[in-house]
Amino acid sequence: MKKRLRTKLHTWFFLLPSLVFLILFTFYPMIQTLIQSFTHTFRGETFFVGMENYLMLKDDKVFWKVMGNTVTFVLAVVPISMALALSMALFLNRKFIGSGIMRAVFFYPAIIPSVAIANIWLFVYTPNFGLLSQFLSLFGISSLNILGNTETVLWGTIVMAIWKEAGFYMIFYLAGLQNLSKEIYESTKLDGANSWQSFSRITFPLLMPTTLFVLILATTNAFKLVDHLVVMTGGGPNNASNLLLFYIYQTAFSYWNDSKAAVLTIIFLVILLSIAVFQLVVLERKIHYR
Amino acid sequence: MKLMRLSMYVLGALWLVPFIWVFLTSFQPRETIGSGLFQFTYTLDNYTSAWSGAPFLQYYLNTTIIVLGILSVQLFTATLAAYVFAKMEFKGKEILFVLFLVQLMVPNEALIVPNFQIISDFSLIDTKLAVMMPYFMTALGVFLLRQQFKSIPAELEEAARIDGCGPLRIITKIYLPLSVPTYVAFSLVSVSTHWNNFLWPLIVTNSEKNRPITVGLSLFSGSYETGAQFAVLTAATIIVVAPLLLAFLIFQRQFMNSFMQTGIK
Repeated sequence: MKKRLRTKLHTWFFLLPSLVFLILFTFYPMIQTLIQSFTHTFRGETFFVGMENYLMLKDDKVFWKVMGNTVTFVLAVVPISMALALSMALFLNRKFIGSGIMRAVFFYPAIIPSVAIANIWLFVYTPNFGLLSQFLSLFGISSLNILGNTETVLWGTIVMAIWKEAGFYMIFYLAGLQNLSKEIYESTKLDGANSWQSFSRITFPLLMPTTLFVLILATTNAFKLVDHLVVMTGGGPNNASNLLLFYIYQTAFSYWNDSKAAVLTIIFLVILLSIAVFQLVVLERKIHYR
Repeated sequence: MKLMRLSMYVLGALWLVPFIWVFLTSFQPRETIGSGLFQFTYTLDNYTSAWSGAPFLQYYLNTTIIVLGILSVQLFTATLAAYVFAKMEFKGKEILFVLFLVQLMVPNEALIVPNFQIISDFSLIDTKLAVMMPYFMTALGVFLLRQQFKSIPAELEEAARIDGCGPLRIITKIYLPLSVPTYVAFSLVSVSTHWNNFLWPLIVTNSEKNRPITVGLSLFSGSYETGAQFAVLTAATIIVVAPLLLAFLIFQRQFMNSFMQTGIK
């Protein structure tokens, strides 16, 4: 009896440190934000306003602009970086002279701080002095200002994000490829399948669990990629490169609009939790399938 | 197939060129910047200017303290919780486990606004503790270690228990030594994640004393906009990137394996 009590005490005593921080910095803030998203504070007094804060977004042009950018950004960065990651992994799956170096070349952006990456790409895109400008001037193309133009700025950041992320996802595909058995390939070779056929009919379907895992990881990451905006564009020009998380940051810490920041945070949480639910429903099933 | 291989080398070049170009630019005399792609006069002036332009040494020190602070608390909290989830039975275990799962889905980035409020309620704004605290609990660490602890046979623990060891001793004598690779993998991932962290420390720090290197670099970039200082900024970027890059080049395999392991679970 005494021993049982002691085990019980140990259990909770061991969980306590994690639980304290889990509640303090994950659950309490989530609930706090949800409540705040239904209130409005005016001259130190807080009123319950129902859905008003949410409804106000309906006619908020900047909000829709930011959401549109975020969707474009995620829908461009995720598939392109995944496709590149898979090609890199297929290319490096066999050992050859220099394959180790190539692997490092593709991977190193993953360990560099995103602020430094933003700087590097700032240097690439800078008009006149920048790498791209200097390169294009060799062909007589005069200076273009990618980050200063509302048409191109988002795509400039998308290219940077792909460059940063692809090599990171490559390693998961490399791991996935290593788990595939060699025998399957040998038997298909005997059947006379060419390399595209063996990829599309065998490799790719067998890599499905890896692809789904990377898809979740890449999508969640893409929503979090905003550090570059602080350095490169500040979300501009005219919000053309602004993304949801950076917009939350601006709303809270530049415009000090707490209610709106709370609503935006809730929207962000709903997106993240939907991805999580998708993962639980689809990914778990696929893994059992395997 | 040949075409595929060729295009991969082109891709490799695209991955390498921006960094090499920044590296070379950082050694160019300021006056020659922008007057052509390749130059062969080199100088260390940009580095001396960058180094004296911002307290990078202090920033490095801050980042090191923050990163190691986070890691040591994480190892402590995650080890204890992982042991409970791996080896103990109690009511509500599944529900609690799902609650831990939520932290994996809701990254701290999503909660910067309310967490800023909490940190300022504690009067911790502009402290290193403020940068560290939201990361003291790590669901990732708990899951990784739980998986690892589960694979350790219960007989070992039984034997130790018969010898009169309590759970804390069992953890330090049996589970810790048998889980070193998992600890190494998690530590590498934690350190590189928090070394690179930017948005949260940007919000909660505002002095040289507490600012990590990433925030320091962004402020330095903000104060240099014109072309003449371009070269100094490239030097500052290299100063910030160099240690991580060197560590990566030396422990390449370990780095990639760690990320793979923590990703795949």
